[in-house]
Amino acid sequence: MSNHATGGTANPGAARTDDVPLLEIRDLAITFETSNGPINAVRNAHLTIMPGETVAIVGESGSGKSTTALAAIGLLPSNGRVSGGQILFDGEDIANASEKRIIELRGNSIGMVPQDPMSNLNPVWKIGFQVKETLKANGLAGANSKERVAEVLAEAGLPDAANRAKQYPHEFSGGMRQRALIAIGLACRPRLLIADEPTSALDVTVQRQILDHLDRMTSELGTAVLLITHDLGLAAERAEKLVVMYKGQVVESGPALEILRNPQHPYTQRLVNSAPSLASRRLQSQKAKDALAAAVAGLDTPLDDENDPAHVGKAPTDAGLAPSSVPAAPAQPVRAARPAPNGERKGAQAGETILEVKNLTRVFKLRGALGKSTDFKAVDDVSFSVPRGTTMAIVGESGSGKSTVAQMALSLLAPTEGSILFDGVEVNSLKGKALFDFRRRVQPIFQDPYGSLDPMFNIFRTIEEPLKIHKIGDSKSREKKVRELLDQVSMPASTMHRFPNELSGGQRQRIAIARALALNPDVIICDEAVSALDVLVQAQVLNLLNELQEDLGLTYLFITHDLAVVRQIADHVTVMQKGRVVEAASTDEVFSNPRQVYTQELLNAIPGATLLV
Amino acid sequence: MSEKLTPETDLTKPVTPVSRQGKTSSRVIEHFVAPLEETPLAAIDNVDETAAPLSLWADAWRNLRRQPLFIISALLIVLVLVVAFVPHLFASVDPTSCTLNDSSEGARAGHPFGFTLQGCDVYSRMIYGTRASLLVGVLTTLGVLVVGGTMGALAGYYGGWIDTVLARLADIFFALPLILGAIVMMQLPAFRDNRSVWTVVITLVIFGWPQIARITRGAVIENRNADFVTASKALGLSRFNALVRHVIPNSLAPIIVVASISLGTFIVAEATLSFLGIGLPDTVMSWGNDIAAAQPQVRNNPGVLLWPAAALSVTVLSFIMLGDALRDALDPKARKR
Repeated sequence: MSNHATGGTANPGAARTDDVPLLEIRDLAITFETSNGPINAVRNAHLTIMPGETVAIVGESGSGKSTTALAAIGLLPSNGRVSGGQILFDGEDIANASEKRIIELRGNSIGMVPQDPMSNLNPVWKIGFQVKETLKANGLAGANSKERVAEVLAEAGLPDAANRAKQYPHEFSGGMRQRALIAIGLACRPRLLIADEPTSALDVTVQRQILDHLDRMTSELGTAVLLITHDLGLAAERAEKLVVMYKGQVVESGPALEILRNPQHPYTQRLVNSAPSLASRRLQSQKAKDALAAAVAGLDTPLDDENDPAHVGKAPTDAGLAPSSVPAAPAQPVRAARPAPNGERKGAQAGETILEVKNLTRVFKLRGALGKSTDFKAVDDVSFSVPRGTTMAIVGESGSGKSTVAQMALSLLAPTEGSILFDGVEVNSLKGKALFDFRRRVQPIFQDPYGSLDPMFNIFRTIEEPLKIHKIGDSKSREKKVRELLDQVSMPASTMHRFPNELSGGQRQRIAIARALALNPDVIICDEAVSALDVLVQAQVLNLLNELQEDLGLTYLFITHDLAVVRQIADHVTVMQKGRVVEAASTDEVFSNPRQVYTQELLNAIPGATLLV
Repeated sequence: MSEKLTPETDLTKPVTPVSRQGKTSSRVIEHFVAPLEETPLAAIDNVDETAAPLSLWADAWRNLRRQPLFIISALLIVLVLVVAFVPHLFASVDPTSCTLNDSSEGARAGHPFGFTLQGCDVYSRMIYGTRASLLVGVLTTLGVLVVGGTMGALAGYYGGWIDTVLARLADIFFALPLILGAIVMMQLPAFRDNRSVWTVVITLVIFGWPQIARITRGAVIENRNADFVTASKALGLSRFNALVRHVIPNSLAPIIVVASISLGTFIVAEATLSFLGIGLPDTVMSWGNDIAAAQPQVRNNPGVLLWPAAALSVTVLSFIMLGDALRDALDPKARKR
């Protein structure tokens, strides 16, 4: 435990009140009773929060970070209990305090900002009522509660607070709801605010505004903050002190910047290395690095092409094989050294445009009052082209129309206007056999790894399905192919007999990649393919995608809201806002020299980007 | 509505690129590092290769076989099925050899439940009546599944006018009370003159399908926009094949639950119709007919009515219990791992 803290309590006369920890968690253990026996969710956790200090707990899902924080406010789920250790709030052990005492503390001593602003406000009550409820519960409503409510909301940064208080949650956007929740959390001036992933559900620019505001408010009020987040960059930027949790234990804790710059524990090192917000360049596979080294040495590097017999019906042609095409451009040594795709299709040449989108527009009819409908342009005059073997990222916040573009590129949605050319052929006009062939060459990977695999199909059937649909091979050769595909995505072959519900999110996403690869496609459209994954798993999947691109010459259209991920995987970026393209350039250019205000705003909002230099 | 929202980012404001430096504390903060041996670092996201693979059905089965509700109902249903298939193993007395000598006689050796007014053995009739009741229940359920399932799946999956037409059609049939509708149907000349198990089944299917159609439609709508359906369409699977291969298998769980519960209610409906004299013909032995025949004597010889009624109740109850147990085992919320 922290030495100066115990020193402070030992000499109360000499200590500033400041030096008594506000919240001290000692050797905390939390156990959940489940049908499969007790699970120790948290073991030996310890952390100290001084008054006015911001402490961040960082960890991946299931690391016990939220559980620890919820224990501090007595909100563990009914099957969980504190099975050991102490939670000292202001010197008082509240780990096993009575329900009555905890309720006394909640609100006016310990406040809470929950994670999901969409579900944490009661939709049938006005915002003002919900704030007043908090004030009343803590006896702070006073004579003029309406004014107080407006004041609290205004503090949280809601414009025109008095009128806003009369509105219902559905009239608020996500960011405003989160502001309202912050207002509720801070309404009673707690001395400690627990913020559980307060901005994970929000767009980056909104995230930044909200965190800035939270920072300002808590430092004005002198509130200590316990920030729970999965984002190391964000934690390091917002907190003085970091606590890194892994598998229910604290593996490292200390000053934020020190941990970030000099991580000691191997897990923290792993985390720092793979945090996308801290990455500064595109991923490179071992192969590419070797190629670079070889190119520097002036050697010829013939690539072993993957002539595997199971790539049925696709006699590998060497036409597109251009090994070591290394015109060493000094400005971009990394890019130039990426080996040309060992194209399996004829005419496959790096640089040739495979997917071209021209003046794409999609209008949705929104149902209005009295059966009238209004037009809504989800995608407005979007054009871009993707060279073969490269990655094009489409970046934008929610509602920017990026996913609609992906749907149209997959020919799952017809554009209102404009054209999509795949390998020079208009996708929209494809019918019957031609469309069937197109399906074989363009594959999607979706965001939600829990929804994209049929729960009734085992992994073998899942990966075999595309081969079956396209009547490729017999059952023997298909099984061989499935084994190879599993190997390609680094999953053991024994996974074949498992069902999706037995796999983690990252594993499911790898299975989805294997399924997409089964037909040897040219283009893979990744719609937020890594957004739902934990940082380390995300890095793993991104690396896999990158290696596959180099091995198979794949072209990616990468839809994402996360610019940090873009830097790791993309060659070109198209930034979309409200259905329009606001900026399009190479990744390096966008990151080093963003032209548009919106792009700068997005870049600026990447947490922790400036901390590692 | 959208104009009520305040823009989150005010883009008219010039952006000053803030280089945020993070916070440093004036306090001394100890840098703690956990000893490595305490939390061994696992490989990222490795697969547990030791656990046995589990499908939805395998998982449900593992769940079910520990549930007393399921065990009891399954045993009862097996018993009922065996009785229906091989009744002569259970009753040695011919249920149709009735002598008026025995009219309304009490129980005696070889005739444990006594005799009916016509002098037939009650126990034997109860055993032999199982087949007709169960046959009606099973056939009706199958018919309802085929008709209602197809209608519901098409309506839910394709939506649009198909949905509108089929859903309204189902509503019309839903609005007619089953018994009332069946009474009218069974009075039609074509039905009245050819009364058999089949006429009862057809009547019950006609008035029973909307319930399954509704359940199917709801389950299909829930699944039709799932990512895995979109993914298989992007693989080149046709729309109809996606329905058959992905949507329907994923919608089966609630349908099975409802079907097993309604199997019981169809047996009751058959008994009701037979009791009213418009169900199975008198030549077919069934619990409903026996209950109807025993009704006038209910005060002086209640046993004659009691035994077929008890058999009916136990059969229906076991199907409903099975449905309940299945619902618990197939509940998707309970399957989160």
